[in-house]
Amino acid sequence: MSVSAQFALTWPDFALDVDLDLPGRGVTALFGRSGCGKTTLLRCIAGLERGSGLLAVNGETWQDDARFVPTHQRALGYVFQDARLFAHLDVRRNLDYGAKRAFRRTASADSSRRDAIVDLLGLGPLLDRLPSRLSGGEQQRVAIARALLTEPRLLLMDEPLAALDHARKQEFLPWLERLREELDIPLIYVSHAPDEVARLADHIVVMDAGRAVAQGPLAETLARVDLPITLGEDAGAVFEATVVARDAEWHLARVAFDGGELRVRDNGTPLGRRVRVRVLARDVSIASSRHDDVSILNLLPATIVAHAAEAHPSQLLVQLRVGATLLLARLTRYSAQRLDLAPGREVWVQIKAVALIG
Amino acid sequence: MLAPADFAALWLTAKLATVTTLLLLLIGTPLAWWLARTRSWWKGPLGAVVALPIVLPPTVLGFYLLLLLGPNGPVGRFTEWAGIGLLPFSFGGLVVGSVLYSMPFVVQPIQNAFEAIGDGPLEAAATLRAAPLDAFFSVAVPLARPGFLTATVLGFAHTVGEFGVVLMIGGNIPDQTRVVSVLIYDHVEAMDYAQAHWLAGGMVVFAFLVLLALYLLNSRGRRA
Repeated sequence: MSVSAQFALTWPDFALDVDLDLPGRGVTALFGRSGCGKTTLLRCIAGLERGSGLLAVNGETWQDDARFVPTHQRALGYVFQDARLFAHLDVRRNLDYGAKRAFRRTASADSSRRDAIVDLLGLGPLLDRLPSRLSGGEQQRVAIARALLTEPRLLLMDEPLAALDHARKQEFLPWLERLREELDIPLIYVSHAPDEVARLADHIVVMDAGRAVAQGPLAETLARVDLPITLGEDAGAVFEATVVARDAEWHLARVAFDGGELRVRDNGTPLGRRVRVRVLARDVSIASSRHDDVSILNLLPATIVAHAAEAHPSQLLVQLRVGATLLLARLTRYSAQRLDLAPGREVWVQIKAVALIG
Repeated sequence: MLAPADFAALWLTAKLATVTTLLLLLIGTPLAWWLARTRSWWKGPLGAVVALPIVLPPTVLGFYLLLLLGPNGPVGRFTEWAGIGLLPFSFGGLVVGSVLYSMPFVVQPIQNAFEAIGDGPLEAAATLRAAPLDAFFSVAVPLARPGFLTATVLGFAHTVGEFGVVLMIGGNIPDQTRVVSVLIYDHVEAMDYAQAHWLAGGMVVFAFLVLLALYLLNSRGRRA
């Protein structure tokens, strides 16, 4: 079970050249700045753009040297940045559009599955409305349901949050998270926003100038020290943790991860819930011994694994291991030399801010 | 009041405009689709040819049609060989002339509507398993509805209003080629101003109502 995609495409001002082997389940983020070719790659996968190459989705070949399956014959769902609902059809008929065509020969789509998808995305009250009467977030939810109802074997999303303002985005993300939990097909998600990727992805492909410069499991790839130029200020580690205790007096929650415990702002997440934790490199500092006379709550023993130069010559990105978890810390080259932070060295990390993301 | 000859002319005009409009929708839709979506070099020249009747005097169009369709013209030789006979001075010839003359008024609104739709909805349709022809009828045509409405009304009205082309290739044969605009000319030449008034006034009212309906339909379409 996997998606393997090799594409080469040359335009006057742009060239795409990738060779990817993506997991057949879970969310893969295609991440990179605008113009790096992530949308073009997604369109190649959908057959909307024709590059030369090879594409096989869970054992089914959609493109090779001999054939090119046209878009309408590929069992995929595509959610565009701008939703692209059909303006002349109400929500119900937008939802039926793909389902009717996907199941023309077999029995019609299972109506309980349809109801489940309508419920999952909260579309019940919207069914009789025209797209022009929906908010941007609602339109995207309809677009996702419309794609899912064709029972695709691969779901593609091109920055579905890009057209939404901050408030709408926060309102829409929980729907995507619910979807991620329910989904049993691979989802390829294009994004240039590190917080979205950290929140949603299981696997990441980092793209730059038409090439995939890194790919792998999210936690492992984000904690690499050789990608800071792409990630810049947003370099940081993401890992899974469980909420284990809460301290009502101070409104703090304790989360346990593979390497220790962290105290975080209590946002009401129930005990026992798995959460994702994001720690930005700029919020981590390093001390050679334990200091209890600082305001920072989260102090953990760690081992230095590696370091790498940052874009600015004064900065250094350090990779540390806390238990089985990798963290990143950004510090000055001067501090690193002063503390003698060579790989293998045992130190303490001080974590100033921890974000619980979904 | 209107005489039987007037009614015959009215009926012939309505028949001509209806047949012409239907034929134009049939020919003009694929042509507009091609013009809206092609990146071919031929888009410019073909678009210009379609638009020619807007700027040419109708007599010029009628004159060359007469030569082309006449017994010595290539098309005329073909129609005679094919057993259709000669088209000038027949209803068939009028239809051919009207189709060419009203072509831009049908093709351009539809082409503009298709261009306004863009690739987006059609790509979405393809990702929802619609084959190209299916997407054309289920997405492009309904979304271009205001364009089709404008095209139909303008095509019909413009055919009703033609005079020069009709006179050149149709002449003035009762029940065959004598349409309202030609009959009005006849009435005026015969100094029969009262008869001319009935028809001419009727045309003014008809043209006004058509344009008013178009305006109302378009503004309603925009609000929906």
